[in-house]
Amino acid sequence: MSIRADSKVMDRRAFLKVSMLASGALLVGIGHTGNLSAAEIAAGTWKANLYVRINVDGTVTIVSKNPEAGQGVKTAFPMVVAECLNVDWKNVSVEQAPLDDRYGRQVVGGSRGTPDGWDDLRIAGTAACQMLTAAAAREWGVPVAECPAKDGAVLHTASGESRRFETLLEIAAGLPVPAVSELRLKSRPADFELLGTYVPGVDNPGIVTGQGLFGCDTRIEGMLYAVFEKCATFGGRVRKANVEQVRNLPGVTHAFVVDGTDNLTELLPGVAIVARTWWEAQSARKQLKVEWETGHSDSTAAYDAQAQALSKQHGDILRADGNVEKAFDSAKQVVEASYYYPFVSHTNMEPQNCTALYHESGKLELWAPSQNPKGGRALISRTLGIPEDRIHVNLTRIGGGFGRRLRHDFMVEAAWIAKVTGRPVQLQWTREDDMRHDFYRPAAWHHFKAGIDEGGRMTAFDHHFITFGVNGETVSGAGLSPDHYPAGLVPNFRLRQSIIETHVPTGPWRSPGHSAYCWAYQGFFDEVAHAAGRDQLEFRMNLLSKSYGKPPLDLERTSGALKIAADKAGWGQRRLEANHGLGLAFHYDHGGFVSHVAEVVADGSNIRVLKVWSGIDVGPVINLSGASNQVEGAVVDALSTAQMEITFANGAAVQSNFSDQPLLRINQAPEIECHFIQSDNSPSGLGEPPIAAATPAICNAVFAATGTRIRQLPFSRSGISV
Amino acid sequence: MSKVTLKINGETHELDVPQDMPLLWALRDKLDLVGTKYSCGIGVCGTCTVLVNGTPMRSCVMPAVTMASMDITTIEGLDPAGNHPVQKAWNEVDVPQCGYCQGGQILTASALLERNSNPTDEDIDAAMSGVLCRCGTYHRIRKAIKLAAKNTAGTGGAA
Repeated sequence: MSIRADSKVMDRRAFLKVSMLASGALLVGIGHTGNLSAAEIAAGTWKANLYVRINVDGTVTIVSKNPEAGQGVKTAFPMVVAECLNVDWKNVSVEQAPLDDRYGRQVVGGSRGTPDGWDDLRIAGTAACQMLTAAAAREWGVPVAECPAKDGAVLHTASGESRRFETLLEIAAGLPVPAVSELRLKSRPADFELLGTYVPGVDNPGIVTGQGLFGCDTRIEGMLYAVFEKCATFGGRVRKANVEQVRNLPGVTHAFVVDGTDNLTELLPGVAIVARTWWEAQSARKQLKVEWETGHSDSTAAYDAQAQALSKQHGDILRADGNVEKAFDSAKQVVEASYYYPFVSHTNMEPQNCTALYHESGKLELWAPSQNPKGGRALISRTLGIPEDRIHVNLTRIGGGFGRRLRHDFMVEAAWIAKVTGRPVQLQWTREDDMRHDFYRPAAWHHFKAGIDEGGRMTAFDHHFITFGVNGETVSGAGLSPDHYPAGLVPNFRLRQSIIETHVPTGPWRSPGHSAYCWAYQGFFDEVAHAAGRDQLEFRMNLLSKSYGKPPLDLERTSGALKIAADKAGWGQRRLEANHGLGLAFHYDHGGFVSHVAEVVADGSNIRVLKVWSGIDVGPVINLSGASNQVEGAVVDALSTAQMEITFANGAAVQSNFSDQPLLRINQAPEIECHFIQSDNSPSGLGEPPIAAATPAICNAVFAATGTRIRQLPFSRSGISV
Repeated sequence: MSKVTLKINGETHELDVPQDMPLLWALRDKLDLVGTKYSCGIGVCGTCTVLVNGTPMRSCVMPAVTMASMDITTIEGLDPAGNHPVQKAWNEVDVPQCGYCQGGQILTASALLERNSNPTDEDIDAAMSGVLCRCGTYHRIRKAIKLAAKNTAGTGGAA
């Protein structure tokens, strides 16, 4: 069932405000009842959470509240404004807003940038265009309907008259502001000229010439550089450290112990070393001797043993539909298999860093590559006792987020060090700091059992999920919704959960949960279809043809994405060469429907992923290049991450750099072909949805090519190399 | 501290640096040339790549004091206007996602095209496999290198 969602614009109760700036520019602002008080709205004193400014030279500036981490929002947003305002998109630029409460949510996460910005951007662009058109019509004394706008000008076709927007700003500012409900918003792919085309990123010129766009590129007069040594065992405290000795080393200006807290998401205990250059701080660190006090000794070996023991227990029932035991008794066939994936790190190419300056006035200023600067500010305020309104956060370009920078440890460390030193300080973590002090995607074990009836249909599904938690509650990134498919697609369904206690920091990792467990589900579906003697595509299309109770996902859109990926890959239509195999998988998360088909060639246990065909339905595509980039990158990320594993010993991460945790290289990367279904649904984001189904599509292709079923990640645990 | 004279992007710089300071940190912290990025610090990821006498080298593991008399090109110096064929192709194909590793990718690609004006996929994989990209832009790196090669064909080289 597909649902159109245009009416959302009305539901959100948007308000427009149009004003003239001293520069002569026209400013269009948008606010929402959700962010504003009734008194502010009544008095007209409300502050907009998005601005579009039409300048006297005809250029257009939008203030973007969302940081850019490579998800392409800084290019997609001005494209939407340009489309609705009818100006050349190259005349629309983005001003990066600092953290400011009036902008509402300022987060890179949840694939929400596009859906959150979609209405505001269209409203602002359309309102400005309608006002400028009305201004021209009034000047000419002709009906508005005769005055289309194009390329930054209003035209009157009959008379051949035209007026550039910049000549109409003052007149437009004096006209009544249209109600949002009166705006004719473009919403369907058929309406678009610019949207859906291939547009290179607006920051590309700066990137290809090496301009200092990133957090670590921040340079301030008199700035010092810092490193921060923490205990390898998570949460370890400093008993003593030779800071007096370190302070006398070349270039070092400060060395001190930070007591910190025992909350792993906040300021951890450690030793700060500050120097004139980062290299001198890091060199001094090699002379640092710290005696740590540690409290626990989590290890991968101990987790494995506990998981083994728990697998023999029943676990807590999170959901039970029908009667699985009875269904197994009457099933024609029963299939059982267990899947395991390890902890993995985020491994942003730009290791965590933050620059901070504590002014004598008591004001703190930061330059942070943060996915959630508001959360960082709150933590700093709490930890340092500085009121939030005295903390100013500048948002820099982010050298990779993937969820890691939703945590604020690096921000609070920089703030603390800056306050102690009273100097501008840039804290730069090493790669080793970054990999050993991550908030890891948690490991899990999935024990599956499925019953198949005479017709080859899956009639029962029992799932024992063994995950991680603290005090019996799953930790961040370790939960599984009881409503997740195949719940609702199988008449008899049971989900059981057991929890292993952990002291390891965990957190959101690109498409949290989905990017891990989709692989287990879709691998097991492959096994069930294989046991039933059914074609993999036909089995899944059949699974998606019927729900029991509320469907766990939109069956039509999921099937549509799967079908187009399979069609483009020639599923069932072409003869594969020897040692080649095709595999497929579907998924839905964060509003996006993405399926993949992978083709693998095997040479013994060594495989190469040749190509991946992706079927994607995220509603209308805004920037075809940016959207394809997210899909292509996610496929590579999936294959790369399937080779990675973080293990623990003595309460610490074992791996520390690319030497023992290699990322995929270009010679291992597949070709990727994206096929978008340009539906009329409201657009959803694409940072997360393409990754989940990529891993199982590849692994299912490995099975088709080699006969080896990958039930344990990384691939090396299943005897497969890439 | 040791004195060293470095020739970077055609300009001469007199520097006073610790004996073991890698070129990367001399560039970033002494000269504020921040286009060259830190990522692994052990010479395995290629993010910090610079050209030394035209050859891609890892600036994070080469002491600055050993680089006197060498011709060093950083991403800022390839073509500050961004008109090098590789830079133009990178923009047109829209290779970057986060962009952090791209300076190293672009310099490595420009060195490849200097010695091989028409590289095959295998040539590209061999030349580029030392530079990691976490965003997974490899597919477009191949495309962009081929586009740069095509756009320079008949003009006597990539730069």
